[in-house]
Parts: sequence; C-alpha cells; structure tokens
Amino acid sequence: MSEYTLYKNARLLDPASGLDIKGELLSKDDRIASLGEKVDAPENANIIDLKGKCLAPGLIDMRVFVGIPGADYKDTIDNTGEAAAAGGVTTVCVQPNTDPIIDSIAHIEYLAIRAKNALVHFVAMPAATKQLEGKEMTEIGLMSNAGYNTFTDCSSTIENAAIMNRIFKYASAFDALIIPHLAEHNLSKNGCMNAGDLATRMGLTGIPTAAETIVLERDMRLLKSTGCRYHASQITCADSIDVIKKSKEAGLKVSAGVAVPHLSLNEYAIEDYRTFTKLSPPLRSEEDRIAVIEALKDGTIDVIVSGHDPEDPESKRVPYEQAEAGVIGLETLLNVSLEMHHNGSLSLLDILSKLTSNPAKIMGLDCGVLKEGAPADFCIFDLDSPYRIDPDKMISITKNTPFDGRPVQGRVIKTVVSGKSVYDYDG
Amino acid sequence: MSPAKAANSQIFNHDHLLGIEGLKEAEITQILDLADIYVEQNRQTNKKKDLLSGLTQINLFFENSTRTRMSFELAGKRLGADVINMATSSSSIKKGETLIDTASTLNAMRPDLLVVRHGSSGAVKLLSRKVDCAVLNAGDGKHEHPTQALLDALTIRRRRGRLARLTVAICGDVLHSRVARSNIHLLNIMGARVRVIGPPTLIPTGVEKMGVEVFHNMTEGLKDCDIIMMLRLQTERMHGGYFPTVSEYFSLYGLDYEKLAVAHEDALIMHPGPMNRGVEIDAAVADDLTRSAIQEQVEMGVAVRMACLDLLTQAKRGDGK
Repeated sequence: MSEYTLYKNARLLDPASGLDIKGELLSKDDRIASLGEKVDAPENANIIDLKGKCLAPGLIDMRVFVGIPGADYKDTIDNTGEAAAAGGVTTVCVQPNTDPIIDSIAHIEYLAIRAKNALVHFVAMPAATKQLEGKEMTEIGLMSNAGYNTFTDCSSTIENAAIMNRIFKYASAFDALIIPHLAEHNLSKNGCMNAGDLATRMGLTGIPTAAETIVLERDMRLLKSTGCRYHASQITCADSIDVIKKSKEAGLKVSAGVAVPHLSLNEYAIEDYRTFTKLSPPLRSEEDRIAVIEALKDGTIDVIVSGHDPEDPESKRVPYEQAEAGVIGLETLLNVSLEMHHNGSLSLLDILSKLTSNPAKIMGLDCGVLKEGAPADFCIFDLDSPYRIDPDKMISITKNTPFDGRPVQGRVIKTVVSGKSVYDYDG
Repeated sequence: MSPAKAANSQIFNHDHLLGIEGLKEAEITQILDLADIYVEQNRQTNKKKDLLSGLTQINLFFENSTRTRMSFELAGKRLGADVINMATSSSSIKKGETLIDTASTLNAMRPDLLVVRHGSSGAVKLLSRKVDCAVLNAGDGKHEHPTQALLDALTIRRRRGRLARLTVAICGDVLHSRVARSNIHLLNIMGARVRVIGPPTLIPTGVEKMGVEVFHNMTEGLKDCDIIMMLRLQTERMHGGYFPTVSEYFSLYGLDYEKLAVAHEDALIMHPGPMNRGVEIDAAVADDLTRSAIQEQVEMGVAVRMACLDLLTQAKRGDGK
C-alpha cells in the first residue's frame, strides 16, 4: 500500500519554477504526488503541519569528501549521511580521493554498497585521470554510459595541457562534465594562504589568485575547440569571474561554483594562525569575496558547495604551514548561505537555486525541484531562527569548521529523503 | 628588588613575548631601559644575580642556532635561572612527536620560561597556548624574531640617543626574514622612518602596507640613511632562483664603501649575523669598527634577553606587582 504524507501550512519554495507560495505538498512514497495552495489528500495520509516554515527541494552538495573507504578515523559514510541530513542536504556528490580512489565502475559500485543504508543519496564523482595522477584518463565512456558522467580530479590540477585537451575531446563525445581543480602547481605548491600584505605580515607563503586564473584561462582556450562541458567548482577571485563571464558570453558550456567559506570569509579569518581556515584554494581578499557575491547575484556563479572535508584533529593541531587544508561544511551550507538573503544581497529563491535546481541541471540529476513526479527530497527550514554555530552540537565527527561561534539566521528543522524523514531538529 | 622594579614595572604586562606587533611604545621603552641596566651588570666582573633563582628556563630550538641559543642561555644563567637546552635533532621530535605533544611533555616538567625557535610561522604562538609558563619567541618561520629587533633598537638608541625620526634602511632578503618583519614593526612603533631595499623577488608583496618605503636601487635607497641594517641571504629557505648569481647580487645589493658613500656620513651598519662576507656585505665594511655595530649587537642581545626574562617572570616572582 502506498504511503502518503501531506505537508500543510508550508511556504513552498521551488527555484526552478520560481514558485514561492503558502501551500501544501503531498508525497506518495518516494515521489511528489501534488503541490499547490490546496491539495487533495487521501484520508490515510500522514499530516505534517509546518506552521509556515519553508519547504524547498533537498539541497545538492556538489563537493563533499568522505573518509570511507581508507580513512574512517575522519568520518564514516553513516556519519556523513547524518551530517548531510542535519544540513538539509539530500544528495551528496562524493569526491574520488578515497582509498582506493574512485576511478572505475567497480569503485563506484563499492561506494554504492557502502552507502546503501546511509540517510541521504550518495552520488559518486569519479576521477578524470587514473589514480588522480593527471596522466591517463579513466574509463570516461563506460562510466558515463553507466550514468556517472561527472569527472573530477578534486584537489589535484591536471598540469599537462595536452592531457587536459584529450580529456575534453574524449569526454565531449559522452556529454560528460569535467570539474577541474584550479591551482597552477608551481605558483601554489609552497603556499598556504592568499598572497598579499597579510601573508607578508604573518610570514606565510602566499598563493596568488593568478594560480587559479591561469589554469582557468588555459582550459577556456582548450574548450573553444573541444566543446566539452566544464564546471569550475571553486571560483575565488574577481579575475576568474571575468574569465567565466566572458566564456559564458562566448557560448562555451561553462558553469561555475563557489564554496561557502569563500563567499562568507576573507583572508583575515586566518588571523592567529587558525588552521581551521586553511583551504585549497585559500580564502581571498575582501575585494575578491565581494566579487564572488556579485557573481552569484548576476548568475556568473551557478552553484554553492560546502566543500565538506573532514580532517582529524591531528592534521589541524600543527603549525599553519603543516596543517592539512579543508573544512567541514555540510551543516553550515544553508545557514551561512542564507546570510545573503538576510543582508539583502540575494533573493531567497536565487540562493536556493544554487543549492538545488542548478546543480541538478548541471549534473543531470533527477532531483532539486518541487513538481509532480519529482523525488520527495526536501529541506524544511525555519528561515529566521537565530543562533550561534556551535561545533559541539554538530553531528560531523570532526569539528574543523571555520564558523565556530558565528551568528546565523535560519535552521534546518526537518529533512526528507525519498519521502522519509531522516532528520528532525529537536532543540 | 630587581632593576625592573626600579624601571617602572607597571607598563609591560604580557604573559608571553611572541612578537613586536601589538607592543606599545612605552612597553618597548621599558624593555630597553631595563636592558641598559643589564648592559652595565654584564660589564662587571661578577655578572651573576639571583633574581631568577629557583626558576627553570628551557631553550627549545627546532631550528639550528648557536648565537641566539647561547645568548638566551647566558641571559638566563646570569639572572640565576636553571637553564636547560633541548636540541631537537637528538630528541623525540625527530621520532615524529608533534609540536603540541612536545609542549605538553615539557609543560609537565613545570618550567617557568620557554624560549622557542621554530621553522614555521605561528608555531611559537600555537605552543604558547598549550603551556602554563611564559613563552619567548626566539624566531618563528618568516614571522617574528622580537628579541633581535629589541637588541637592534637598544644598539641604535645607545649610539644615537633615540629611535624617532631616524631613517633606517633594511637591505637584502626581506622576503624570508623574520628579523626584518620584527624590525619594521618596532621601528614604526618608535617613530623611525623605514625603508626596505632589495631585488623585487626578495621584497614580499604588500610590504609597504607595514609602513615602509620600497627601493630596488640600493644607491637610491641608502641616500641619507642614518642606520643600515643588512640581512643575511637565507639560501636555505629559497626554492628556486630569486636572483641570477651571487656576484650579480653582491654587485647590486652587497654593501660596500661605494654604496655606503651616499648614506649619512656616520651611518651605522648593522647585521643580525651570521654574515655572508662577499655576498651581502663587503668584508672590509663589516670589520670597520668606526662604522659597524655588529659586535655591539651581540653584546646588547644578552642584555635585552635578560630584560625580557626579568619582565616575563615578574608576576610569578611576586615582584613589582
């Protein structure tokens, strides 16, 4: 027998259609049956009164690192799923740098088995080159045909332009999406923060924004002849934004993303050598951060990711230069992004589009929208609830968040995956 | 009573000395005034006081050092502290112990003073948060080397009577230099005019925001300078070429009599040591006792460090509070 759930008194938010109404939504099993101001529900439907709270498609996080397999002291698939659910994230795109590296169908299937009982959907993003070495391409055709058509070497740059060119050419035949890491090796290898006067004062080696833009410009040049689909998932600076903007205008199949820390923090967060602010690419200047917000506003940047990357305390309790880069972010993806709504820089639907419908469209996922027949994956949140971020209350095993103590407004109160509630905020 | 009490102990009130940045003019003046007293003590036959008697000082050097470590050792011993040196090359750090574990281990031995040098910027500050005693930064990465800047300031003040309104040129490898950064902070706080001189590849990005004028031509930069601070070329920190050859570097940025001629006629020459003769400084200039204050800097180093050890333990000794 089918199971129906009626969500009433909801503020329904669907960025794909621009819907923002007070209404009701009925799910049947794992799909949306109907939605509108008033919907007919069968008598046996479960009724959930949302009391005016927001109901949006479940968030899709295009950049999440997991410790499993290979590093279960950092986190587990179950824990990542629980943290995602607590953050309103219903689809987690897993970066391939696990041990073993996800670079074949066998590895994708292994992840699927491990993630079978997880609270949210795990989508593998396989490597573009074998062992992430930047030398030989993976089985892009076979994996694409099996439904996994987004490829990334996550945190390593494919240095060799000829190999990158071949990957673009080959991948274009399968309509695959390539997500690069933008950091020119020699300009970034010894660096640990943004280059500039703050790095000089702190005595740390800087990474110039040019390290990012140079690789992006190279790739744009190559894409002109290959026509591959391309997504720059972590844009951090004004110069790169200009490149993306021009490439979009020129008709290249390019999209762009930004990680939450880069839109909400600048390099000054590093003050006192806080290793929880060490990222790759690094936090940039305030001018660059403002440029990122503008690019989100004008649509140059399509996607917001968390860049969730658990690091165990041992790799963070060391001098800044030696610390691992990476911060957790699943539980701060929505609330920190909502700052842009509260301070008037972006509309609520605009923000949500970058967390739901845009990533779904770019990756070709069947989710991220509220419409009849779509998956019943929802993020239900209280838009206004104020509180301070408290790492001790986070579900992630590791607590390496740069947002410790930050005041935010907006709290996930319920997360639904395939029609089932997977998270309820209990105060 | 310690000389510190005589020299108004209410001003300097920090748990640690991790850098010059953030210190106030009055605090620096207090350290220098106290150091002046210790210079006199060190020139006596009996150089030893029992001010720090019963206190334990551990010198923890993660980077090789002879002169700074010895200077701190002498400073501690002359004040009567028990001084222990821990060289990391022969210790458990070589066996993979983390900085924080080392800190906890040492902390359990209840030292009163930890003098720490480390190759990474910010590492000494990190360590200071994990221990209960006073921590003195003896150099962290490319960040700060506060006692070097203080001893340089003492040397200048004793020679020139003041620091304010002097024009000071810091020359050479500013990029890799913690000495330069600490000196830039200190000289700005004390009201001196600061210039940095070097090839663009050895001048760090945005350094002018720290309050300096940048020169790439040494003759222009040295014009009318009162003080010339030469820096050691830190080839051990250089990955890849920052300049073509040593002979080109010496020709353009090495201090010789010809370049010195444009500076103020009695301009003082300083170097934190150890010097690379014929690389950043001409041997004859370095040995010119009428111009060079290099030996004096070493002497001032011990006195300045005694002043710092004294001030940092005042609260604990119940002296001056």
